[in-house]
Amino acid sequence: MEPFVRHTGIAAPLLRINIDTDAIIPSREMKRVSKEGLGEGLFANWRYRDVASRAEEPGFVLNRAPWRQASILLAGANFGCGSSREHAVWALKDFGFLAIVAPSFGSIFHGNCVRNGIVPVELDESQVAVLAAAEEAKPGRPLTIDLENCQLVDADGSSHAFRIAEQARHLLLEGLDPIAATLAEDQHIQNFLERDRRERPWVYELPSA
Amino acid sequence: MAELPHWNDYLPTQQPKATHWARSLEAKKVLLLRAMGKSPDTLLPTTMKSYSSTLTLFDRIWNQHVIKAGPSGAAIVAIDRVFLHERTGSIALKSLADQGRQIRSPERVFCTMDHIVDTFPGRGDETRMPGGREFITTTRVAARAAGIHLFDIGDPDQGIVHVVSPEQGIALPGLTLVCPDSHTGTVGGLGALGWGIGSSEAEHALATGTLVVERPRQMRVRFEGRLGFGVSAKDMILALIGAHGAGGGVGCVVEFAGSAVRDLAVEARLTLCNMAVEFGAFSGLIAPDDKTLSYVHNRRFAPQGPSWDRAVAHWRTLGTDPEACFDAEVVIDAGAIGPRITWGTSPQHEIAIDEAVPDPARESDAKRRQAMERALAYMGLQPGAPLIGQPIDAAFIGSCTNSRLSDLRAAAELLNGRRVAAGVKAICVPGSSRVKREAEAEGLDRIFTDAGFEWRESGCSMCFFAGGESFGQGQRVVTSTNRNFENRQGPATRSHLASPVTVAASALAGCIADARQFGKP
Repeated sequence: MEPFVRHTGIAAPLLRINIDTDAIIPSREMKRVSKEGLGEGLFANWRYRDVASRAEEPGFVLNRAPWRQASILLAGANFGCGSSREHAVWALKDFGFLAIVAPSFGSIFHGNCVRNGIVPVELDESQVAVLAAAEEAKPGRPLTIDLENCQLVDADGSSHAFRIAEQARHLLLEGLDPIAATLAEDQHIQNFLERDRRERPWVYELPSA
Repeated sequence: MAELPHWNDYLPTQQPKATHWARSLEAKKVLLLRAMGKSPDTLLPTTMKSYSSTLTLFDRIWNQHVIKAGPSGAAIVAIDRVFLHERTGSIALKSLADQGRQIRSPERVFCTMDHIVDTFPGRGDETRMPGGREFITTTRVAARAAGIHLFDIGDPDQGIVHVVSPEQGIALPGLTLVCPDSHTGTVGGLGALGWGIGSSEAEHALATGTLVVERPRQMRVRFEGRLGFGVSAKDMILALIGAHGAGGGVGCVVEFAGSAVRDLAVEARLTLCNMAVEFGAFSGLIAPDDKTLSYVHNRRFAPQGPSWDRAVAHWRTLGTDPEACFDAEVVIDAGAIGPRITWGTSPQHEIAIDEAVPDPARESDAKRRQAMERALAYMGLQPGAPLIGQPIDAAFIGSCTNSRLSDLRAAAELLNGRRVAAGVKAICVPGSSRVKREAEAEGLDRIFTDAGFEWRESGCSMCFFAGGESFGQGQRVVTSTNRNFENRQGPATRSHLASPVTVAASALAGCIADARQFGKP
């Protein structure tokens, strides 16, 4: 995974609350056992007037300039709630998003973002609203996500401190392979298993099926 | 009435750098205000407790599983069971194999075919979902190569993952269980800590037998009192989500407690915990008790003989200490809950079945008002209109929420000797092949089919639309499932979430109906 330190890009405002992963990518857009090529299905039910022909809904934010080129999404609270489908994140990434700014996130979606190099930026609702209003007033003004300092820097130079769990920040900043990082702790895991097998043998000795 | 800010806004959003952070009394005060202001008829004041060194059910399970605690609240946590299904497990298995990584403990990994399998009698690998066959065959090949236990199509124990895992004794009290599926918290009904993850995290759990987890905050929801006639666990969880929002539990593990929860049968507890994720929670939990033990006893993968006795001794120590403290606590008067039903496109858009559709104009929060207006337009409903009597096109009983034997029995009791209204497409999909078999042994299938319901093979079926079977454009469905999102059950399909008896009553009436009007049997 590419390390994420700092990114500047255009932010698309989509301030609905409780945007679920079914909306981010409808199940029928998950056509193959693959992580690739899902960007086309992103927000399919909102983005296309006719999903089958891909005729665009002109009013939808991602069909309007300059937000077609957006790499940051400004969203409402509880973004990414619902289904665990990681396809939602793969679709956002494939479209070109690198950061989502919202007051809160669905917890599985949050974890999926971190695994795929998308920064879930947690900012108060009022601050997200101010950013979105400024974006609507003057579309295309660049925002900067500075993960190293946990700052979102506005085009006018003003900055907002944002929240992100330290573990998530660390993984994103370093671009770590989380599996390899855990396997590096293998001695701890071995020690745990040895002790736990004695304490809770029923967990490990399954009746043969 | 001016709406108070959501109590969750007041919870600390960053954990102090301590392994066991102090519980926020301030958060509880706000919650108390919120509870009093929001809905005084259904919420009682919360209990205030001072911090002590006592432990909760979650603390005990967490402590048992921490392999290495990090400095920031995250820890490497041991995963006792991994469950996969063909929709999201297939990609995890494939990706892991592509990287040349091995599954650490394949004997503790299980897989089922549930999400996109056809539920029509005589089914095989062909599915109405375009491309569905690839998911099924990829999963089968990968599961066999990995040496994990597969509940394949045709297996007598195949079924929906969250029905199968308790039914087969794969989920047990005190265990950690993960699955790349958001409803994995269902197993909290047994006192197991289950949570949904993505496919990449599933790869992590498979390869390492662990996950790195941010320790969630803790909330207790106590349902006190006795449920009324015709009211079930589904109504309890909808009432909670309606009162505190679809994000009300974000960042929290929720312990369900109180006399009404203790009174619930184990299958109903699974229903309650199933929808903790619709409350935004990391997971739901219920302390194991004698009912749990008798449910788990002699299940296929449950411990046997001396191992059983040893496990039981451990499970009996897991419950929350009486003086234990939570970051937030909600108390709900169970006796005041009636049958609930959703009117909109979020689980928080729910009301008592005999209430009128709410008016967005009375919602002071702009974002919530916009969501309500959008939902009403999607649902084809007017503010102030009654839901009872609203004509329906379809009725669906199934899903990991409400497809167990007790759900089917409750619906069948109402359907017995009656007929579904003309023009209503009614479908029952048992949650597992075993549930189906047991229901048939009791003659429930005949009751359903005599009433005019289709009787299907087990699977997730039309809980969600994957491009295959659907209810269709603009169709209004009363459904025992868990999500009423836009287009969830089909393009422009309008879903009303409710309990199985409400679905059955509505199917009979041909419109949204209160099961209580059919009287006690």
